[in-house]
Amino acid sequence: MGMSQKNRIVGASVPRKEGIDKLLGRARYVDDIEREGMWHGATVRGSIPRGFIRSIRFDRRTDWSEFTVVTAADIPGKNHIQLIVADQPCLADGVVNHCDEPILLLAHPDKHKLRQAVAGVEIEYEPLPPVFTIEESERQDVVVWGSDNLFKSFLLEKGDVDVGFAAAAHIVESEYRTDAQEHLYIENNGVIAEYDAESGVTVWGSLQCPYYVHRSLVAVFALSEDKVRVIQTETGGAFGGKEDYPSMIASHAALLAMKSGHPVKVVYDRMEDLAATTKRHPSRVRQRTALDREGKLLAMEIDLATDGGAYSTLSSTVLSRATLHAPGPYLCQNVRVRSRSWATNTVPYGAFRGFGAPQACFAIERHMDAIAAQIGMDPVELRRRNFLHDGDTTATEQVMREPVILDRLLDRALAESDFYSKRERFARENAATPIKRGMGIAAFYHGSGFTGSGERYLNSLAGVDVTPEGKVRVLVSSTEFGQGTNTVLTQIAAETLRLHYEDVTMAPPDTGIVPNSGPTVASRTAMVVGRLIERASLQLLEMLRAKAALGNEYSRDEFFAACERYRAGHGEVGSLVRYEAPPGIHWDDQRYRGEAYPAYAWAIHVAQVAVDTVTYSAEVEEFWAVQEAGRIINPVLAGGQVEGGIAQAIGYALYEKVILQNGHMANSQMTNYIMPTAEDVPPIHVFFEEIPFRHGGCGAKGIGELPHDGPAPAILNAIMDATGVSFTRIPLLPEDLFAELAPRPASVSTRPVEETATV
Amino acid sequence: MSADWPAIRFIVNGESRAVRVPAMKRLLDVLREDLRLTGTKEGCGEGECGSCSVRMNGELVNSCLVPVLQAEGAEIETVEGLSSNGALHPLQQAFLECGGAQCGICTPGMLMAATHLLARNPHPSLAEIREGLAGNLCRCTGFIRIFESVIAAAGSTRGHRGPADHAR
Repeated sequence: MGMSQKNRIVGASVPRKEGIDKLLGRARYVDDIEREGMWHGATVRGSIPRGFIRSIRFDRRTDWSEFTVVTAADIPGKNHIQLIVADQPCLADGVVNHCDEPILLLAHPDKHKLRQAVAGVEIEYEPLPPVFTIEESERQDVVVWGSDNLFKSFLLEKGDVDVGFAAAAHIVESEYRTDAQEHLYIENNGVIAEYDAESGVTVWGSLQCPYYVHRSLVAVFALSEDKVRVIQTETGGAFGGKEDYPSMIASHAALLAMKSGHPVKVVYDRMEDLAATTKRHPSRVRQRTALDREGKLLAMEIDLATDGGAYSTLSSTVLSRATLHAPGPYLCQNVRVRSRSWATNTVPYGAFRGFGAPQACFAIERHMDAIAAQIGMDPVELRRRNFLHDGDTTATEQVMREPVILDRLLDRALAESDFYSKRERFARENAATPIKRGMGIAAFYHGSGFTGSGERYLNSLAGVDVTPEGKVRVLVSSTEFGQGTNTVLTQIAAETLRLHYEDVTMAPPDTGIVPNSGPTVASRTAMVVGRLIERASLQLLEMLRAKAALGNEYSRDEFFAACERYRAGHGEVGSLVRYEAPPGIHWDDQRYRGEAYPAYAWAIHVAQVAVDTVTYSAEVEEFWAVQEAGRIINPVLAGGQVEGGIAQAIGYALYEKVILQNGHMANSQMTNYIMPTAEDVPPIHVFFEEIPFRHGGCGAKGIGELPHDGPAPAILNAIMDATGVSFTRIPLLPEDLFAELAPRPASVSTRPVEETATV
Repeated sequence: MSADWPAIRFIVNGESRAVRVPAMKRLLDVLREDLRLTGTKEGCGEGECGSCSVRMNGELVNSCLVPVLQAEGAEIETVEGLSSNGALHPLQQAFLECGGAQCGICTPGMLMAATHLLARNPHPSLAEIREGLAGNLCRCTGFIRIFESVIAAAGSTRGHRGPADHAR
C-alpha cells in the first residue's frame, strides 16, 4: 500500500524535520552542550610512525596535580576499539604504529590549560622501520601487521579469463591510482562522557552509529550492556568519518570521566581532527581487459590493492565493496578480481561515502575510455555495447531480476547534456584557444545496503510507537547527520499510517530508548530501515484493527482514539519488526558468489570541463547526473544528496590532496587542504528515473553514496577528451597537468634555463 | 577572577552586553561561552570555513579571528537575531523550503553571509551570490540549493530564477 497512487507524503518535498532548529541556531551540537562540573579532555599523541615507547616524562613547569592523567593501565576492560578485528588499541601500550596514535589522556577544568600540558609530556621512543606505501607493504621486507601485512584479500572469479584472453582481438591494460581523501565534515569529532559507579557510562556525541560506540564502550569498560548509554547529539556532517572513530574518542572521554569524577568533554580542533581521524583508502587498480572485434568484453582481469593504514578498522569491508564494484555495470562472462588491503604506518583509513566503490569506479570507468581510445571506438558506444540488462548475471553470478535501465539513463544524459554536439564543437574550437574543453561520461551502480550476508548478520530491529500525547514516534538507532534520516523515516511512517507529516516524530537517538536498527551507513537507511518502519507501521495498524476497533477507513482523530483504547486495554502502543531478507537473496561468503546486494542504484554522469593550458587549472564547467534509485521519498533532499556528493567528488578529482610526511598529514588545515567553494562548484543538473523497489521503504533504494562514485572518472574522461592525455591518478592538480601538458623544451638539455632575477 | 578584567561593552542582536574577559579572547568564544549564544559555530579556527561568521558594525567577520577587544562599542548580529517573534527570517524560510541546510553546522554562518550579501545587494546575480558566499564552506549541499535559497529570499534576481537555471 505504501507504493499505491495514494502517496501524499512520500514523494513530496516536506521540509527537513529538524530544519527549523538548525536555521534558528538552536540545534544543539556536542560543543554547544555543557554539563554541571564539566572538565575538558585532550589527547597526547605519538610523533613517530612506528616504534617502542621507552619512557614518558612530565615537565616541571606544569602543576600535574590539577590534571587527571589516563594511560592504558587505567582501562578496566579490553584495550582495543571493538570493530571487525580487535587490533587497534584504545591507548597505545608500549608500542606505536602511526604518528598520531593516542598514548595518554589529560583532563582539566580549564580547557585553555590543556594545550600547554599536552606539550609538557615528553615521550621517548625506540624507532622501528616503518612502511608507508602499498608497494613497500606488499614486498613484506618489513612486517608491520600480523605475519604478512595483509589485512584482507578476496578472489572473485566468473568463467575463465584465460579463455577470454586467448580469443581477444584487443587487449588493453593500464594502472589507476587514487589518493586519500578527508571527509572534512564542518563539525569536528567531539563527545561528552559521564561515569557513575551505579549507572555506568553515558556518552553524548557527534556520531553515526550509536550501537557501534555502545559495543566498544562495553568492551573497554567491561560493563554489561545496560550500564552503557550512548546518545547522539546533532551531528554536523559525517560522510562515514563518524562511523568508527567516535568509538575511540568516546572511550577516551569516558576513561577521563571515570578517573576524574567529572563529566569530560573532548572536542578536537581542526588540525587534530584532520591529522588523527580516518580518511578514504588510497588505491591502486590494474585493469587488463580482452575484447572482441566489435568491442564486446571477453575477459576482465583486475588486481586491486588498498592502503589500509596502521590498523584494520573497516578495511576488509571497504575492500569487499571495492571488489564487487570493480567490474563496473557491464556484462562479461570471464572475470577475475584479486583484491588485497595492506597495512602501512599511517593513520588508519576508514569509511567514507562510497566505501571502496569510488576507487573501483574510477579505475573501470577511466579504463573504458582508455580502451575506447586504443581500439578506436566512441567511449559511449563501447559502454552501450557492454551494459548489463535485465536477466544478465554480474561477476558474482547475481541475476539481475529487477529492471536495469542503463540505456534509458544514458539516452537521457546524452540528450540533457547535448553531449555529442558539444563534443564536436569543442573539438573544432580547441585548436584555436588556450582553453581546451571536453566532455566525459561515467556509468556505474552502487549496491544498496550491507554487502552479501551483512544485513542478515545485522538482524536489525526497528519500530514505531504512539505517545499518550498523540505523537507517533519512529524508533531507530539510525541517525541524522544532514542526509535526511529524520525526514525520510517520518515520511514513510506518516504515509503508511495515513497520518500527517507533523503527527510523526523521531524518538531520541539514545541507546537507552531506541532499538538497534543497525549502523547509519551503506546507503541502507531509506531502503532497509525505511522498509522496517513501513512494516512496523502496517503491523501497528493490524494490531489496532484487531484489538482497538480501528476501521479500514479512518480519520486522524479516529486513529489516535483507537491508540488510546488500545492503551487502556493492553498497555503501551507500539510495534517492532526485525529484518527479513527479500526472497531469493543468497550470498556465499566462502565462494564469494550470489546476491552481493539486494538492490542496485544506477547512474550516468556527464562532465564538461575546461583545461586552461596557460595556468594548467582544470575546471568543471557543468555537470549532469541521471540516476535510478528506486522511489524518491523526498525530491529536495535526494537532489541535495546528489549535488553534495558530486561536489565532494569534484574535490576528490581535482582539489583535495592529503600530503603525508613520515605518515603524518602535513597539510592538516583548511588553509592547505582545499575543498570546492561556492565559486568552484559548477551548475549541476539532477534527473531521477523512478522504479519503485519492492523490498525498499515505500519503494526506495540507496541514494547517499551513489553520487560520489562517478564524478572523478567522468571529469578525467572529459580532460582526456579536451587534451588527448589519459590521466590515471587523482587528485589531478595543476602541477600534474603541467607535468604532462607543458611544452617540452626543443633543446636536448632537460635542465631548466636559469633566468636572471628581475624583481 | 573575572572581575579583574575591565568590562568590554557591545551590542548583540540589539541588546547591550558587557563582559569581563581577557581582551584577546576570541569574539567567537565570548559569544558561545560567556553569552551562551551557541548558534555561532567553530569549524576551523583560522578564518577559512566561515562557520563563525557574524556581522560587526555591518561588516561580515569571522568571529574566530576577532579579539573581543575589537568589539568594544560594536553592534554585533548573530544567527539568533535573525528571526523575530518566532517568525523565520525570509532567508531562513527559503533555506527550509529549498533544502539550503543539511547537517546545519555551516548554516548559521551561511545565513549571516547571505544576510550581509542581501543587505548590500538586494537582488544579486548568481555570480554575485557565489562570490558573496565564497568564504563560507558547506560540505553537504554542493552549494546549489544554498544559491537557490538566496535567490528565493531575494524575490527575483537579474536574469536567474528557479532551480532550472544555475548557469553562470
